[in-house]
Amino acid sequence: MNINLTLIGQAIAFAIFVWFCVKFVWPPITAAMEARQKKIADGLSAADRASLDLELAQEKASKELHKAKQEAAVLIDQANKRAAQIVEASKDDARKEGDKLIEQARAEIQQERVQARDALRKEVAVLAIAGAEKILETSVDAKAHSEMLDKLAAEL
Amino acid sequence: MAADTPVEYIQHHLQNLTYGKLPAGYERVDPYTSDVTVLQEAGWTFARTSAEATDMGFMAFHVDTLGWSIFMGILFLTIFRLVARKATSGVPSGMQNMVEMVFEFVQTIVRDGFHGRNPVIAPLALTMFVWIFLMNSLKLIPVDFIPQIAHAMGLEYFKIVPTTDPNGTFGISIGVFLLIIFYSIKVKGLGGFGKELSFTPFNHWALIPFNLVLEIIGLLTKPLSLALRLFGNMYAGEVVFILIAILPFWVQWTLNVPWAIFHILVITLQAFIFTTLSVVYLSQAHEDH
Repeated sequence: MNINLTLIGQAIAFAIFVWFCVKFVWPPITAAMEARQKKIADGLSAADRASLDLELAQEKASKELHKAKQEAAVLIDQANKRAAQIVEASKDDARKEGDKLIEQARAEIQQERVQARDALRKEVAVLAIAGAEKILETSVDAKAHSEMLDKLAAEL
Repeated sequence: MAADTPVEYIQHHLQNLTYGKLPAGYERVDPYTSDVTVLQEAGWTFARTSAEATDMGFMAFHVDTLGWSIFMGILFLTIFRLVARKATSGVPSGMQNMVEMVFEFVQTIVRDGFHGRNPVIAPLALTMFVWIFLMNSLKLIPVDFIPQIAHAMGLEYFKIVPTTDPNGTFGISIGVFLLIIFYSIKVKGLGGFGKELSFTPFNHWALIPFNLVLEIIGLLTKPLSLALRLFGNMYAGEVVFILIAILPFWVQWTLNVPWAIFHILVITLQAFIFTTLSVVYLSQAHEDH
């Protein structure tokens, strides 16, 4: 346990070790550790930001969905209305057409009746004349008696 | 020296391998044959007895202390330098992980204990902590292993734990002491430092001598307590290991193993205390009143 030059040797060794550590050991390792800490911090903040973004996106998506649903409902409503209108309109058209056709048919019937009556009337006149001729055994001057005949025809 | 009695065995184990200068006319006694030879002229040689080592005085080296402490220091720096060169900010490998754990431990010590701004303190603390830890941990090698190998190589004494040698611990604490003085003067200036020594704790001109004595004693106590605490703990532990080694070999493990396990704690704790106190002392040196 003698105190001797070992003391100084030890102090010198210590100084050299400290110098080496300050120069070559401490800086690279702390730099790496700090870089990693920064990386981790960045990663964490990025993750935070991403989750915030996700939340916003989800909110936006649900809003859009809601809006789309509303729009779709409006469209369906409109389409339904339109369809009802169309059906109504076509019903109307059909009714009108039908009425028109009925009207036409009636007019034709009327016309044919008038024609038939006219023809009948003429025939009755001829028959009447023929009958009268037979009765009188003479010919009747159709022209002379036309007035009378017309009256007769009108009575028929 | 043959270790015949337990006392001789213990003394033998507590003697460093000393290389020093013996004066001319010194009477050397051969430890085995007791022949006396008188040196014609002064010369450097290995001490063959404890008495010779003592007579060498200050002009001597403890070759084992220096060798093992430098070896441990180089081991520390080599490992840490290798890791530092390959240090990645990505996922660290096993070795880097371990080194970073030590770094964080030391950074915590420095953050808690040091309140100034000095980029040297943290690596200084790292060096102290790891170096002292490695030197202390040499103690876990059984007391006879390496001395026996050294003996076979012809070396009479061999004490492998540098921190059980007061030279080893005082060497480090004197380094710390010089740094305390250096930073005190650097931060406060020579006048500021002198003023601090003269006017604390009693701020009155009449009490300057009293203050000076008090403060200088306080200053000198720092390296002394650092070195003696570490040395005392390690030395006492070593003595107990040596005492256990005197017991019959088949019973040694019952005491040896618990003591060694306990020393895993002591080794780390003493390295930690030395580092923490040094950091606190250096922090005080940086405080400007």
